[in-house]
Amino acid sequence: MSELHTRTLSQMLQDLDNKVYSSVELTQHYLDRIERLDPSINSYITVLRDAALSRAASMDTARSKGSHSPLAGIPIAHKDIICTEGVRTSAGSRMLDNFIAPYNATLVEQLNKAGVVTLGKTNMDEFAMGSSNENSYYGPVHNPWQRDRVPGGSSGGSAASMAARLCAGATGTDTGGSIRQPAAFCGITGLKPTYGRVSRWGVIAYASSLDQAGPMAQTAEDTAHLLQAMAGFDPRDSTSINQPVPNYLAQINAPVAGLRIGLCQEYFDAGLDDNIRAAVMTAAKTLESMGAILSEVSLPNTQQAIPAYYVIAPAECSSNLSRYDGVRFGYRCANPESIEDLYKRSRSEGFGREVKSRIMVGTFALSAGYYEAYYRKAQQIRRLISADFTRAFEQVDYILGPTTPSTAFKLGEKLDDQVAMYLQDIYTISVNLAGLPAISLPAGQSQGLPIGLQLIGRHLDEGGLLKVAHNFQQASDWHLRRPDDNQ
Amino acid sequence: MHDWEVVIGLEIHTQLKTKSKIFSGASTDFGSAPNTQACAIDLGFPGVLPTVNARVYDKAVAFGLGIGAEINLTSVFDRKNYFYPDSPKGYQITQLEHPIVVGGSVDIVLKDGAIKTIQVTRAHLEEDAGKSMHEVYHGQTGIDLNRAGTPLLEIVSEPDMRSAEEAVAYARSIHQLVTYLGVSDGDMSQGSLRCDANVSIRPQGTETLGTRTEIKNVNSFRFLERAINYEVERQISVLESGGTVRQETRLYDSDKDETRPMRSKETATDYRYFPEPDLLPIQITQDYIEAVRLQMPELPAAKTRRFIKEYGLSDVDAQVLVSSVALADYFETVARIGGDAKLAANWVRVELLGQMNRDALTPSAATLNSLPISAKALGTLLARIKDGTISGKIAKTVFAALWQGEATDPDAYITSQGLTQVSDNAELIPIVDDVIANNPQQAAQYRAGKMQLMGFFVGQVMKATGGKANPQQVSDLVQARLLD
Repeated sequence: MSELHTRTLSQMLQDLDNKVYSSVELTQHYLDRIERLDPSINSYITVLRDAALSRAASMDTARSKGSHSPLAGIPIAHKDIICTEGVRTSAGSRMLDNFIAPYNATLVEQLNKAGVVTLGKTNMDEFAMGSSNENSYYGPVHNPWQRDRVPGGSSGGSAASMAARLCAGATGTDTGGSIRQPAAFCGITGLKPTYGRVSRWGVIAYASSLDQAGPMAQTAEDTAHLLQAMAGFDPRDSTSINQPVPNYLAQINAPVAGLRIGLCQEYFDAGLDDNIRAAVMTAAKTLESMGAILSEVSLPNTQQAIPAYYVIAPAECSSNLSRYDGVRFGYRCANPESIEDLYKRSRSEGFGREVKSRIMVGTFALSAGYYEAYYRKAQQIRRLISADFTRAFEQVDYILGPTTPSTAFKLGEKLDDQVAMYLQDIYTISVNLAGLPAISLPAGQSQGLPIGLQLIGRHLDEGGLLKVAHNFQQASDWHLRRPDDNQ
Repeated sequence: MHDWEVVIGLEIHTQLKTKSKIFSGASTDFGSAPNTQACAIDLGFPGVLPTVNARVYDKAVAFGLGIGAEINLTSVFDRKNYFYPDSPKGYQITQLEHPIVVGGSVDIVLKDGAIKTIQVTRAHLEEDAGKSMHEVYHGQTGIDLNRAGTPLLEIVSEPDMRSAEEAVAYARSIHQLVTYLGVSDGDMSQGSLRCDANVSIRPQGTETLGTRTEIKNVNSFRFLERAINYEVERQISVLESGGTVRQETRLYDSDKDETRPMRSKETATDYRYFPEPDLLPIQITQDYIEAVRLQMPELPAAKTRRFIKEYGLSDVDAQVLVSSVALADYFETVARIGGDAKLAANWVRVELLGQMNRDALTPSAATLNSLPISAKALGTLLARIKDGTISGKIAKTVFAALWQGEATDPDAYITSQGLTQVSDNAELIPIVDDVIANNPQQAAQYRAGKMQLMGFFVGQVMKATGGKANPQQVSDLVQARLLD
């Protein structure tokens, strides 16, 4: 029983079906691991010990009565920006340290309906702003592979808890790379779906036009299981896509032979670590050996993505975060002297440095006289970037490249260099601006640290991404490697 | 000294008559306990998202068609960012660059009877804010978010009005239109229609607009007129004493009958508008617009023309009766049941509106629906005049009794009080003969040719019958018996 956590989510579903062990045993196993290992990783903000065990027991009962809920009894964790009814949902911020969500996010409801057990809420960069998980009110997350390294961000807690096998799967959100970059740093599989594929209802907003929740897991197949439950139209989210959800697992084993995969030349630039370049090229060759057709494609406006993103995302965030004013919920400063004082001190004390920095940038970008030069210009760049992808996808079916320019860096290393930190997202950000789906999967290691490979697909082609990723994982074992518990 | 020309433009916020709010399912009912009609969306909780109540498009499009405007097939919601405790999200969702309604116009009737056309710039959809209550808690401010998210249509006019009277006439026209269309209940006491007036003055005959001030949130026509007049006088005295008018927002204080600057707005606010990323642009089709058009009720101008043509009413009668859709409906019911449109018009205008005016009641739908005399009852009463059951004079007595709440059914009241007109000769002849016998001198004078004494005899008979005798019949009988 001591190795339950080494099973993949898909294997666990078979094991539970075959009564090899119960959901209560599995859940207890994870809770024990969290208690033992998480103090040195800090991947959880909240652990729901009692609720998880009682939920597991009821899932066991349901299974014994013949329930076929697709994920019955599978223990997962939610990023703490996703609202869970009756449970603190902090967004990694002092501002919401006291916020008990009165509703479930739609994706939580859907996963619950599929039968998951919620182990807890995972650590993250405050309001999903960051690439290292060092911007959390609850302290940094440590990379399970090397504890003096960052796990990436902003979904660093979800990635680290998955990598350390402190859950069978996790949810994350990705606004500029926040699922894929930590997935790459932690050696797991993470999918950012098409914008609108997973409802944003109940997902605390950072940048509304870019935010998208998605699954993080050990394998592409596990990821498919989670996405199957999460995806779908939601009338409560006006930006939700009203298209049927295909059966992702049914097509996951289809061959990749004949698929055209483009290597994006702009992603193999001078800033890319040599070991990552080599690993990604090796992975490309693996896919080629399976019959995929490789070619080069160009996304000429890639360099514009970061500046455009750092106008649009802060602009939207400056407005989205205005509701945290100390009036109705969340942090309120002590003894306010006036309404102005209440606003100023509640927000100054409740938000961390990076959040305040982006609110300032966004407020500036939207202000009278600057709107045309910044916000409108950034929206124009956004359209150019979308057009780049449209052209590329006339030549190829998928675009392949590295997820990040480097492997996980050291805690504190980039804290004082905001631009270096922002460059972490150089390969991921344009995907958000174009609203496309993309997946990061483990494709190698460098000095004991995982390397992530990114595949980008056409609008709503999550199924294709999972298929290519699954094919690759059938021919590699990077996704099965896990850090030593006793690092 | 110049002669000054006054220039006024109005922004009218009208609450749309929908059951639920513009971006949430919470009820829009007025008057509930604070914060009982505000859901997580209205409160701006973390993670919530707005979805548009499609009924607001019906209302906005109907209004646009009602003023002959262009309806934008694509319109866009924007965020207007500002901090205020009763603005829960820190921004208001509104429409800036692409409003749903553009252009159009409204006619007003000037004092001399001339028609003036006021151009409408645009009308856009937006959400209302909550209410700050400064008086309830000592030293603290209470916040009621029941109203937050109530759908509004903001109707912006061109600066086409030249006097407070014109501004009021325009505001009344808009009020009449939105209530006719069912776009709004128009209940101003509940804030369903609120005006912001932009007022400036310039020397007569010049083109350049003077610096304007904006008077915020005036919620009655009377106050609108007073506020504008006060503001015009104030601006004239500022300019004539060599000063300059400051562009600012002012509030009208009805207790003191003056406007004064709003302190909170003294610093220019940058609202940092940008397109609302949580909502896709609104797409509507020409087919949808035509469907709305087909369901539109008869508008005031058409109704006035029809009343004149169909019922043979005078211009003035028609205009008065059409002033509110509820009154027009009331009149039409009375006319249909009473069987005489002119009689109905007369009674509604003189008796009903006169009585309502004495009781300080306005002819709103709510009032007309709860009057002690329903349209059906008044129609029945008129039918009894027409069929000779009672005289017009008795009808007024019945009307007064019904108004006092002594009865609700005129027929029952006429019967129970024995008010039925006496038209039976067998009953009347003895009374007529008595009157003639008791007034021999007048009888002799009448017979000698003093025909105007007929009134005296009829009066005596009416008196003797308690007013119930049929006057025409009495007159015929008196003549027959005297000249017998």
